[in-house]
Amino acid sequence: MATELHRPVSHDVPPAAGGPAAVRVAGLTRAFGGRPVIDGLDLTLRPGEFTALLGRSGCGKSTLLRVLAGLDREIAGTVLVPERRAVAFQAPRLMPWKRVWRNVLLGLPGRPGRAIAEAALEEVGLRERSGAWPKTLSGGEAQRASLARALVREPDLLLLDEPFGALDALTRIKAQRLVAELWQRRGCAVLLVTHDVDEALLLADRALVMRDGVIAHDTPVALPRPRDAGDPRLTALRSRLLAELGVDTPASAETA
Amino acid sequence: MSISKAPPDISPVSADVPPDVPSAVPSAVPTAIAPELRPVVPVSARRRPLPRWLRRTTGPLLLLAAWQLLSATGVLRPEVLASPGTIAGTAADLVSSGQLPSAMAVSLQRVVFGLLLGGAAGITLALLSGLSRLGEDLVDASVQMLRAVPFVGLIPLFIIWLGIGEAPKVTLIALGVAFHLYLNVYAGIRGVDEQLIEAGASLGLSRRALVRHVVLPGALPGAMTGLRYSLATAWLALVFGEQINASDGIGFLMTQARDFLRTDVIVVCLVVYAFLGLTADIVVRALERLLLQWRPNFTGR
Repeated sequence: MATELHRPVSHDVPPAAGGPAAVRVAGLTRAFGGRPVIDGLDLTLRPGEFTALLGRSGCGKSTLLRVLAGLDREIAGTVLVPERRAVAFQAPRLMPWKRVWRNVLLGLPGRPGRAIAEAALEEVGLRERSGAWPKTLSGGEAQRASLARALVREPDLLLLDEPFGALDALTRIKAQRLVAELWQRRGCAVLLVTHDVDEALLLADRALVMRDGVIAHDTPVALPRPRDAGDPRLTALRSRLLAELGVDTPASAETA
Repeated sequence: MSISKAPPDISPVSADVPPDVPSAVPSAVPTAIAPELRPVVPVSARRRPLPRWLRRTTGPLLLLAAWQLLSATGVLRPEVLASPGTIAGTAADLVSSGQLPSAMAVSLQRVVFGLLLGGAAGITLALLSGLSRLGEDLVDASVQMLRAVPFVGLIPLFIIWLGIGEAPKVTLIALGVAFHLYLNVYAGIRGVDEQLIEAGASLGLSRRALVRHVVLPGALPGAMTGLRYSLATAWLALVFGEQINASDGIGFLMTQARDFLRTDVIVVCLVVYAFLGLTADIVVRALERLLLQWRPNFTGR
């Protein structure tokens, strides 16, 4: 599936290069107070690919996601993203004054009916909470509602900013499985920003490590799904990624 | 091993005591000394005191009784303060003669007009300065400057400008209302969670839609707070405004009563002011219950 690349975030559009892409970033720089957080970053995401972006806190991974979402435009360089994209943040960010189904429909063009919202809520297993106020949802339910709100837009690019970070361990496992299912069903490109290596290995086709304002490491995660966190083939990959993130493990010391 | 010392005196938590506690309970820790156990007494076992509402009404009733007693014994002379009984009688007379209802209607009308006028002005200005930088620079500084002037102090100017009819009274109320609404609506707009605005933007909402779906609902709690404050101020402004040469209304009743040393009428008017203020508060609470039911920390129940 080729994604139409329109609506450039930046103005100088470069000649199209390479194969089909869901995101094309070239020479992206974003500085805060003169200090570049993203410094000449290049990145291409392929359509339908699930990519995990790892990095230590403050490395600029969330800034990159915000740039791709079009929320941060104080940038230099080229950023090409699909027209239809959606974000799920770490906090669900539901409008507390709108019932769940109205939250899901918020921002959709035209006058979509409640049925559309309920279909999306059904997909995340939340149909029965359609008429509830967000304050009555549990943390996991709110996060699922936020996912439904992202998915109802039928995005070509789904941006997930540590969406499981605030969930408790059990809820997180369920939410991760849900995201994996939804992605397989929808087939959109996903960029998952996380600091959790296990999460990245569980969900992604490709893992990126961001460091010093660029993509410092890029590795495919070519393992059959569904994956198990205890899979021995993941161990070496995990150690390598942790080493890239600056965490030494006994295993990485051996392989290094 | 077996515990050598006597089993501790176990106080029963429940009524039926087990017949005998075996003394040879095997223990994992040989030297551990069993602590003395005490019962956790359920709350329901405590003697029920008087219901709360009864206790709370006792105080005011005692005060009223003391007042009546002081008046009846002549310690409190009627020129100083009429007795509760007299006041109740006067209130009944004022109502049946139609004097009080018509005065209330006049005063209420002043408050409603002032509220509408001041509300429109306050909210319009708050939207102007809350939603645009230019509006903020133009409006906010002026409003903050004028706010420093105590609005009651403007009465002489209002009399010069507007005479002694309804206009200065309504304007005074409108002014008091406008400032409170302005400040709270403006703060409400500026206090809307930046994360929600960003989420709205990420959903592709236009600026207009952001204002409608995110900013204004987010400012609603602030607006309701402003409404409550401004209602309180409106009654205060009414009391002040009605001292200006009023020929009707509750203030007029009071002025007249003052001239004839009718403390009973004055107290009736004060009670009416309090009653109107309370009613307004109940209306706003009902409005909050309707409009702010989504709030996580909603306590208007």
